[in-house]
Amino acid sequence: MSSLFSQEVPLIFYLLLSAALFALGIVGFLIKRNLITVFMSIELMLNAVNLSFVTFAHQWHQVRGQIFVFFVMMVAAAEAAVGLAIIIAVFRARATLAVDRIDLMKL
Amino acid sequence: MHLILFFLFAGFCLAGAINLLVQSHPINSALSLIVVMTSLAVLYLLLGAEFLAAAQIIVYAGAVMVLFTFVVMLLNAGREERTMGSRVARAVGFPAVVVLFAIAATVILNTRQMGVAALSDGITTVDDLSRVLFHELLLPFEVTSVLILIAILGAVALARHGHGEPDGESERTVGK
Repeated sequence: MSSLFSQEVPLIFYLLLSAALFALGIVGFLIKRNLITVFMSIELMLNAVNLSFVTFAHQWHQVRGQIFVFFVMMVAAAEAAVGLAIIIAVFRARATLAVDRIDLMKL
Repeated sequence: MHLILFFLFAGFCLAGAINLLVQSHPINSALSLIVVMTSLAVLYLLLGAEFLAAAQIIVYAGAVMVLFTFVVMLLNAGREERTMGSRVARAVGFPAVVVLFAIAATVILNTRQMGVAALSDGITTVDDLSRVLFHELLLPFEVTSVLILIAILGAVALARHGHGEPDGESERTVGK
């Protein structure tokens, strides 16, 4: 078996991937102009943090890290349901999904 | 093997995330987010979290993203218009992102304690997970089910037309 097939991956790579995904999520939050896509960027950030949790759970051999991810998933699912309901209500009231036009609370 | 799989699916992840940003149609963004979540499920499996990999696919790539695509199609969301966004986002937001990522990367790269992951590390079975979950963390688990119930009720109440008021009422108050 070649060395590539028995390789171990440093956990740092996983953490770097997680940081990169989180940064991309923030960039998406800033540059996207559609309410639904902004919401998707938030989901991307949640997933990036979940990857960190799983990595640390593997590092410290703790099951609780994985259980935390389980709870984050449940909360994210609830958040997605409520958030999309809010998006539907906003669309019904303002007939637009562009975040620039949804500025009732803007100073 | 582990290294190949990691780079393959980490590449899928980053490509999907970047595609999410550059696509202007929400449905394309939603599909790339599904790619990201499915690749993350494989990465969870590489780290030995088999239950989370299954839950990731069922809950995220399945339920949540179906909800997203459903809303995109229901609202007939078209191509988003490109504006430059706010000045604050450009002036403060992007440098802040770069600084945040730089700090995170520096901290991570300077960490000496992090070990390695190998495919031979063994997996965390549902058995191990549920033993801790249902013995020590039973109360948070039950509270989560109450949270889900409240979320369902809230979603129904929010999405229902008119909130029980006459038809023009909500538009007059909200859409001033």
